[in-house]
Amino acid sequence: MSHVTLTALRKVYPNGFEAVKPASYTITPGEFVVLVGPSGCGKSTMLRMIAGLEDISDGTLEIAGRVVNTLDPADRDIAMVFQNYALYPHMTVRKNIGYGLQNRKIPKDVIAAKVAEASALLNLDDYLDRKPSQLSGGQRQRVAMGRAIVRDPALFLFDEPLSNLDAKLRNQMRIEIKALQRRLGVTSIYVTHDQVEAMTMADRIIVMNAGRIEQIGTPAEIYHTPATTFVASFMGAPPMNLLDGQIAGGAARVGDHTVMTDAPAAPGPVTVGIRPEDIVADPNGPLTLDIAIVEELGAHRLLHGTLAGQQLSVHVGKDSPATTGPFRAALKPGAVSLFDAGTGERL
Amino acid sequence: MKRAGFTSAWLPAMLLLPQLAVIAIFFYWPAAHALRSSFYLQDPFGFGETFVGLSNFTSLLTSAAYSRAAWFTVFFTLIVTFGSLSIALLLAVKADKVIRGAKTYRTLLMWVYAVAPPVAGVIGLIMFNQSWGPLKEFFALFGWDFKLGVNYFDTAFAMIAVSIWKQVPVNFIFFLSGLQSIPKSVREAALIDNRSATGRFWDITFPLLAPTGFFLLITNITYAMFDTFGVIDTVLKGQPGNNPMTLVYKVYVDGFRGNDLGGSSAQSVVLMVLVLALTVFQFRMIERRIHYT
Repeated sequence: MSHVTLTALRKVYPNGFEAVKPASYTITPGEFVVLVGPSGCGKSTMLRMIAGLEDISDGTLEIAGRVVNTLDPADRDIAMVFQNYALYPHMTVRKNIGYGLQNRKIPKDVIAAKVAEASALLNLDDYLDRKPSQLSGGQRQRVAMGRAIVRDPALFLFDEPLSNLDAKLRNQMRIEIKALQRRLGVTSIYVTHDQVEAMTMADRIIVMNAGRIEQIGTPAEIYHTPATTFVASFMGAPPMNLLDGQIAGGAARVGDHTVMTDAPAAPGPVTVGIRPEDIVADPNGPLTLDIAIVEELGAHRLLHGTLAGQQLSVHVGKDSPATTGPFRAALKPGAVSLFDAGTGERL
Repeated sequence: MKRAGFTSAWLPAMLLLPQLAVIAIFFYWPAAHALRSSFYLQDPFGFGETFVGLSNFTSLLTSAAYSRAAWFTVFFTLIVTFGSLSIALLLAVKADKVIRGAKTYRTLLMWVYAVAPPVAGVIGLIMFNQSWGPLKEFFALFGWDFKLGVNYFDTAFAMIAVSIWKQVPVNFIFFLSGLQSIPKSVREAALIDNRSATGRFWDITFPLLAPTGFFLLITNITYAMFDTFGVIDTVLKGQPGNNPMTLVYKVYVDGFRGNDLGGSSAQSVVLMVLVLALTVFQFRMIERRIHYT
């Protein structure tokens, strides 16, 4: 177990494009950190810099107390699981898993024991003598995991490992990977664009946008107190409702509706953020919404409508009656987040 | 796949006819003719022929000149194949790593591909020219008195050098595209698994190039044995004297220079059997070839 420290790590391509703006954070030993963001936000570039597959333009990278900026990937004591598995097609599963150890001049019987241990852990015993082309997607994913596990690395890196799997298998592998990481206790960095994966797997989430870190925090922190409007709209499905509002006389208002009475902000325009599930049906509630569409999702319903002419959605339980038309509602206490109308920063 | 049906047998027959005619007239007829001639002794002036049975073949087996040409062909084929494959692979691996100006670099390497074999032979003659060839003068610096067309070894060296040079670009193109079809992530995974670049090449890159390599091996053997005729002809100018020649060239020399049509036909038949064996080998191996996903 070991910690990872990034200090002002930065990536600039020769054409001047700054893919990763200076980023600093520390990952504690055994922690599972998920880098999440839309495509092109620099999350994969950051992971590849940590792996040594991309040069670091600026800043320092420390793994287990060693500055590894200029070390070869093979010398960084890391293991990586790739999106398309990156198995060696001409080698059997056994050789795929053992190849990294073989190059470290580890005795053959030790390699065999480690491969056996990993294959037992991953239920690969029946497939050890097959080639990757004879395996299913989930099995290939397990072999890629096995290849990472046997190395006993200081750090696991995952580059969107589940995005090539179908939805059902993805849910299953998500749980397997998380359980495996818990069991082995290896510090891990996991890159994904899927906010559900981020929320469910992470000890801590790092949300990135346009090469910049927007917020670092636990899934609960990220969800309940998003630092920017970007985080608010990226995390959660459906995303947080973001409405144009005004601060006047200490109260936050959206149109004629007061959503917060003791707003900690200076008078002027603000962005008001409300999670869809924080709006509850209440016949005497202060808000009147106009519902246009009801989405039936079985366990719950999604109501899409407007408040003071602005789009928003409401998430209600299956027991709550839902019809189109006027909808009286109240807000749960502490439901409102306020953001600067210009910069999008949390107030 | 959907099978298209023809209502009558006429149309498909007519469609096949041109191809069948070409094969029959330009391949089977001459081959049959050669087979027939190989059992006869022809009058050098074309006045007649005598049936001699297998004597053309038996005299081949006992001929010192023929076995010398056969051995030379074996060495020539091995050296040209190995040389052109290894040089091309080296260039392809290096070119694959070039990032800046990659296209220019690759185009330059492929240029030689467009040179016809006899032209390649002429360029070789210029390079190795007795009185002013730049390579001849370069070798002279090391005390090697290079004598093209006079010294057996020197002539063989020139033939091999020109043949390799001519074949490298084709191999290069195939190897380069083979290299570029290896997934980037597989190479990156290897980068994490193995710190030695040489180790990665032999463990990962080379096996993944094997299908390309095998295809090139067969085409290069065929090239060295048969398609180098133009190069050899330019160097020897039809008068080999004591110089080396390959079996294909000997067919031409004996048949058209020596007017021994029967003996030359017998040699052709031997070569036909050789090609047949090579083809069978190739198909057998291709069937068994490993297919990667």
